[in-house]
Amino acid sequence: MLAMDYRGPYRVRAEQKPMPEILHPEDAIVRVTRSCICGSDLHLYHGMVPDTRIGMTFGHEFTGIVVEVGSEVRNLAVGDHVIVPFNIACGKCHFCQQGLFGNCHESNSQATAVGGIFGYSHTAGGYDGGQAEYVRVPYADVGPTKIPAGMDLDDAVLLTDVVPTGYQAAEMGGIQRGDTVVVFGAGPVGIMAARCAWLFGAGRVIVIDHLEYRLDFARQYGPAEVYNFRSIEDPVYFLKKITDSLGADVCIDAVGGDAAGSALHTLLGTKLKLEAGAATALHWAINSVKKGGIVSIVGVYGPTGNLVPIGNVVNKGITIRANQASVKRLLPRLIEHVQAGRINPKALITHKVPLEEVSDAYHIFSAKLDGCIKPVLVPSSINVA
Amino acid sequence: MSPEALAAQQRIDPTQVVGWGVDADPANNPTYPMRDISKDSKGGLDWPRPALQPETVEVLRSTEHNRRTAVFGTSTPPSGVSGALRRQAFKSSEGKWSHWLILLAADRINVVEGVAADLLAGRVPNIPAEMGIKSEVAHNMPGLIRKVAVTGAVLTLAYALVRSRQGDGRRHPAPPTPR
Ligand SMILES: [Zn+2]
Ligand SMILES: [Zn+2]
Repeated sequence: MLAMDYRGPYRVRAEQKPMPEILHPEDAIVRVTRSCICGSDLHLYHGMVPDTRIGMTFGHEFTGIVVEVGSEVRNLAVGDHVIVPFNIACGKCHFCQQGLFGNCHESNSQATAVGGIFGYSHTAGGYDGGQAEYVRVPYADVGPTKIPAGMDLDDAVLLTDVVPTGYQAAEMGGIQRGDTVVVFGAGPVGIMAARCAWLFGAGRVIVIDHLEYRLDFARQYGPAEVYNFRSIEDPVYFLKKITDSLGADVCIDAVGGDAAGSALHTLLGTKLKLEAGAATALHWAINSVKKGGIVSIVGVYGPTGNLVPIGNVVNKGITIRANQASVKRLLPRLIEHVQAGRINPKALITHKVPLEEVSDAYHIFSAKLDGCIKPVLVPSSINVA
Repeated sequence: MSPEALAAQQRIDPTQVVGWGVDADPANNPTYPMRDISKDSKGGLDWPRPALQPETVEVLRSTEHNRRTAVFGTSTPPSGVSGALRRQAFKSSEGKWSHWLILLAADRINVVEGVAADLLAGRVPNIPAEMGIKSEVAHNMPGLIRKVAVTGAVLTLAYALVRSRQGDGRRHPAPPTPR
């Protein structure tokens, strides 16, 4: 079968690989119908995530058709079309029982600090991902969810990560009616977080980024007030000025370690790897939030450490909330939102690329070429609707 | 334009936004859905475990885990020099910076092993294609020309430096090619 193949930083290709097999009685094999490239795949692509091995297949955002099931799979049958959450979760452990499906204790031997994630280095379990024609899906009765009749595949595939992560970013913000919410980052997740902030009753939604085409998109899609941090110079000062010097009730970091905007963080985090990524957005979020406010983090950082003003967190009484999205917990509500027309996920998709052209898809997304917001890979054996 | 004036232009009336407030919930502050105490495990690792996946490949395990997880990925088991380094890294806990820095070093060595594996298989990797040069040509020709020009200038300069030093009768290894 054809699959994405990681060859080193900034180098990927499409390659023939062996078919995945059932390795556990709760496994299923899924034939991939859509598979996105995610902003967090770019952290892998840029060589920032430890234990990213040559030859691995990435991809944690995919839909597919079940083609084989293990002996203990009860809820899925061959032929089912499924949304596969990016987290691999057993459904039984202490954390899954708490609804923390992004923090399962039975899916990642290599680390306790993160649960298993498809195609996301050995630090997240060493699973080959869905940027392929076929993929092995462990705990098939727990995560995978049948695609409701009539739902567009392009909507469904964004329910694997972008929509739930954006939604949970807003949810963790504990947004109350009338709150001012600032989202750092106008990537797909930031745009979705801005959209979802309204669902929780935000009174004002502001998005900060430096790419004009993405800000334009966020302005329409959120809708949101948008500001380019290159033209407002000091975003913290600016945000204080437009909030009567108080700051925002809620700040959301939807950027993570690939942030631009601070020469110091870029040098330490991105270039020298002395920080676990450039923590620029988090730094701004802590300093822009109101005293007693909430900072919600969904941006991805590495496992070591970051230089952020933690003293300000203490002195301002800030609550920090963060997690990998618990996709399975959120899916029922999010499916309702999509069906009711409150969220239109597929509008984010700007590029639909055959799996064969995976090298170019990664480059376009990484270099922010051609107005790219969200690229989706489609195996050529699948008809593009 | 002042920040206030710029903001006034962009203000959005929430009541005009589709779905506004439908998920507003006072209980969502600040820690839902963390920790439902009634669902806590009673004594550590006491949940009914899933069946255990047979270990068919080498799986490194965090020292912070008391046992291997019930399922695991089988992609790209550790091998070669990078694999030896990875095994070394897994002797220390996730809390140690050295654990992660050794893994990052192993990743870099693994890149060289990947190129070597390609060559041994009789295949010269098409690195420009792997880096997406086709899309660079299609969407960023000026950027590509700039990169080629800068790389060419650096290489020429490096070559000239090496030549001039060799002219002094001293031997220096060539500097590494910039990426
Ligand atoms: Zn993702
Ligand atoms: Zn679990």
